[in-house]
Amino acid sequence: MNFTLKVWRQKNAQSKGEFKTYHVKDISPDMSFLEMFDVLNEELLLKGEDPIAFDHDCREGICGMCSMYINGHPHGPGQTTTCQLHMRMFKDGETIVVEPWRAKPFPVIKDLVVDRSAFDRIIQAGGYISVNTGSAPDANEIPIPKEVAEAAFNAATCIGCGACVAACKNASAMLFVAAKVAHLALLPQGQPERKRRVERMVAQMDAEGFGACTNTGACAAECPKEISLANIALLNREYLAAKLTSEYV
Amino acid sequence: MKLDSKVPEGPLAEKWTRHKFNLKLVNPANKRKYEVIVVGTGLAGASAAATLAELGYNVKAFCFQDSPRRAHSIAAQGGINAAKNYQNDGDSVYRLFYDTIKGGDYRAREANVYRLAEVSVNIIDQCVAQGVPFAREYGGLLANRSFGGAQVSRTFYARGQTGQQLLLGAYSAMSRQIAAGKIKMYPRTEMLELVVHDGKARGIITRNLITGKIERHSAHAVLLCTGGYGNVYYLSTNAMGSNATAIWRAHKKGAFFGNPCFTQIHPTCIPVSGDHQSKLTLMSESLRNDGRVWVPKKVGDTRPPHEIPEEERDYFLERKYPSFGNLVPRDVASRNVKYVCDEGRGVGASKMAVYLDFADAIKRDGIDVIRAKYGNLFDIYEKITGEDPYKTPMRIYPAVHYTMGGLWVDYNLMTTIPGLFALGEANFSDHGANRLGASALMQGLADGYFIIPYTLGDYLATIGWNDRISTDHPAFAEAEQEVKDRIGTLLGINGKKTVDQFHKELGKIMWDYCGMSRNAEGLKGAKEKIRQLREEYWQNVRVGGTNEELNITLEKALRVADFLELGELMVDDALHREESCGGHFREEYQTPDGEALRNDEKFAYVAAWEYKGPNQPHQLHKEELIFENVKLTQRSYK
Ligand SMILES: Cc1cc2nc3c(=O)[nH]c(=O)nc-3n(C[C@H](O)[C@H](O)[C@H](O)COP(=O)(O)OP(=O)(O)OC[C@H]3O[C@@H](n4cnc5c(N)ncnc54)[C@H](O)[C@@H]3O)c2cc1C
Ligand code: SF4
Ligand code: FES
Repeated sequence: MNFTLKVWRQKNAQSKGEFKTYHVKDISPDMSFLEMFDVLNEELLLKGEDPIAFDHDCREGICGMCSMYINGHPHGPGQTTTCQLHMRMFKDGETIVVEPWRAKPFPVIKDLVVDRSAFDRIIQAGGYISVNTGSAPDANEIPIPKEVAEAAFNAATCIGCGACVAACKNASAMLFVAAKVAHLALLPQGQPERKRRVERMVAQMDAEGFGACTNTGACAAECPKEISLANIALLNREYLAAKLTSEYV
Repeated sequence: MKLDSKVPEGPLAEKWTRHKFNLKLVNPANKRKYEVIVVGTGLAGASAAATLAELGYNVKAFCFQDSPRRAHSIAAQGGINAAKNYQNDGDSVYRLFYDTIKGGDYRAREANVYRLAEVSVNIIDQCVAQGVPFAREYGGLLANRSFGGAQVSRTFYARGQTGQQLLLGAYSAMSRQIAAGKIKMYPRTEMLELVVHDGKARGIITRNLITGKIERHSAHAVLLCTGGYGNVYYLSTNAMGSNATAIWRAHKKGAFFGNPCFTQIHPTCIPVSGDHQSKLTLMSESLRNDGRVWVPKKVGDTRPPHEIPEEERDYFLERKYPSFGNLVPRDVASRNVKYVCDEGRGVGASKMAVYLDFADAIKRDGIDVIRAKYGNLFDIYEKITGEDPYKTPMRIYPAVHYTMGGLWVDYNLMTTIPGLFALGEANFSDHGANRLGASALMQGLADGYFIIPYTLGDYLATIGWNDRISTDHPAFAEAEQEVKDRIGTLLGINGKKTVDQFHKELGKIMWDYCGMSRNAEGLKGAKEKIRQLREEYWQNVRVGGTNEELNITLEKALRVADFLELGELMVDDALHREESCGGHFREEYQTPDGEALRNDEKFAYVAAWEYKGPNQPHQLHKEELIFENVKLTQRSYK
């Protein structure tokens, strides 16, 4: 297969970027999108040009490191990560446009690499259960109904990729925050810090400059881990309930 | 130098308890006077960093990804072992210990393995308290499954994403300490050198991967939790960035390297589809609980699987190992898959694959039960291959997965450099010559949550908080200069071959001669080939760009340079070990029916290699393994 690629090139955070056009030939449909970039980068390197910087690590759809906004969709067509996107999803001869995540709280570092540390700071604000090592009771002391454990698990599978933010016209991080809040609010272990957690995480989310949620649902439609919009409803309820009796923020 | 494993006196079951009592403690008020560097934020590093910070130490943590949450541990699928015996099926600390020692083909230290089994139960408690959503039964209690090589159900799991959930638990504990100011986190930062002065580890030199800035960090102790080195083979199930640089640099500064050739080749991975392949994807071995492995009986049978009748299929694992069947340990399964493919009975376009078939399980339990257990794995498989495993059997082939070798550590997890510790996959410790499924997650968390907090305290209390050097010390300047020179040289070569080309060539040499089966002649040739490749690398590699920017090629070039040295040591180790054990299969040493043939008289030791300088042969030190509790038997899974 052959493709024309229009790729965003930006030397660093300070410089202005621009699209550059590349042609790749003899691409196997079994290649992943990132493997196609590997081929292109090898060529660029041998030609003496700067290879295109992009984030990736596990290439299994679980680390959340790969990004890339492809033909108007975070992680390209389908609900997947870029590393799990295969070239058989594209038409031979197609022109493919590749950009970094576009969101103020995710500044571009170089080419397709962005800074997502805002997500880490939101977790630091409260996305945990305070339990020092060694002080835990026996694991089977608190039974948790299977349905509850499963629901918590579903929310906990968020990989922190940021596709939800990139998909949202307001650059809202609600789906990401909701996933963590729901995961811990559903579990008995998460109860003691429930109110304080949601207040602090939402406050940090606002401080980072993420936009408001207008319930468009673009985030859930693009989330590779199928984090459900219902989590956002849960987050809103949690937040309101916490605010009514707020002691913290 | 004489190796001292520091295994405490006393009966096996009391060693750790006694040892903990004998270790020195750091006074709570003094803990904040100590600085500890933790390199790596996988299960081992994140759990260590969080726990040490909770205790009051000041921690600096490093990882090369953009967030500690993305360490390679995130990708572990199948589960984590613990001797909880919740299933009342005969499990115990002793049995987990025994299975691990036996599974490792008697090449691990009894005392360490027993301690691992002992603290395994605390890990599960800790993780559940953090909110890790393990699978549960309808009654609300934790569910278990059995995993390769075990006849009891002791594996805890979170669907096919156990590593992710455990790591997010450890990451959240770390995040809490980052917020509290007790951990300073340095993401996108790579350790490129260890600083040693007066024989003790004093700090590290790092490169900021965004700006290229080379920085010095000083501390009272350095913990390397940097994972395994399976990427020396280029293709492996490891993440793309997984590398050996941190441990290799430490090795060259005096840390002995233990059993470098012990590599685990995992039987159930998605087969290679072409030259473009950048990594291999594991299909969790939990699949072997319900999937049946088979090939056609006839050589060269090209019929699609559903057209091959039952009586013309060879369920070779069930046939050869009736009592363990499809659940034989990884090394045994991988080797047998290789045999049937070498016989020409492999399947798929490449013929380098066997079937893993769920048809019977789906018939027995229904598709919903199978989907609930393995849904996400089936999805991964379908995304990558374009085939639906609910309808047609998976095709699988072995791939490099885990490195049992690593920095040699004593019972306290300290390397041969005082003040330098190694945790998790980076050390050589607990898995001998073969690791059992679901035991790496256990070991990483055991090291980080429950062992290092005690043993590090003893070291720190012994040296005292004054025993530290500043980053202005000449030892730091010297180490920094070494790094700058190495980078300068690589950038200046401007040759004709890319880093990936070299890496692929190295990987092929390693896979062909130091992979699933090895022989003396092949290994000798491989050594020569690696030397030539390394020489060529330093004359003909092309890196491009500068140091003062995000330079993805330079990052790789530094890692591959170290792989090119480590590869040779692996070959040396494989050549010297004239026996077969676990994942190390020397063709010259096998039983009449093709099983690994150990030589306990000559090789019941840990091979710890000492670096002696550029182009000098390594020196071998032996830590004799003493088995007081288990009897060495020929492993049999028949
Ligand atoms: C696909 C897959 C599935 C697996 N499934 C299971 C399973 O089901 N059960 C099981 O028990 N085990 C499993 N394993 C094995 C297990 O996941 C690993 O052995 C374990 O997670 C290693 O953890 P770690 O903390 O030692 O290192 P890692 O998780 O590899 O972390 C290494 C850390 O070191 C950092 N680092 C590395 N080098 C440097 C450097 N030079 N400078 C700075 N930072 C550096 C990285 O950024 C990272 O943070 C699996 C492995 C794979 C590949
Ligand atoms: S909610 Fe979905 S899209 Fe957003 S960070 Fe998590 S996994 Fe990615
Ligand atoms: S590279 Fe890890 S999710 Fe894509």
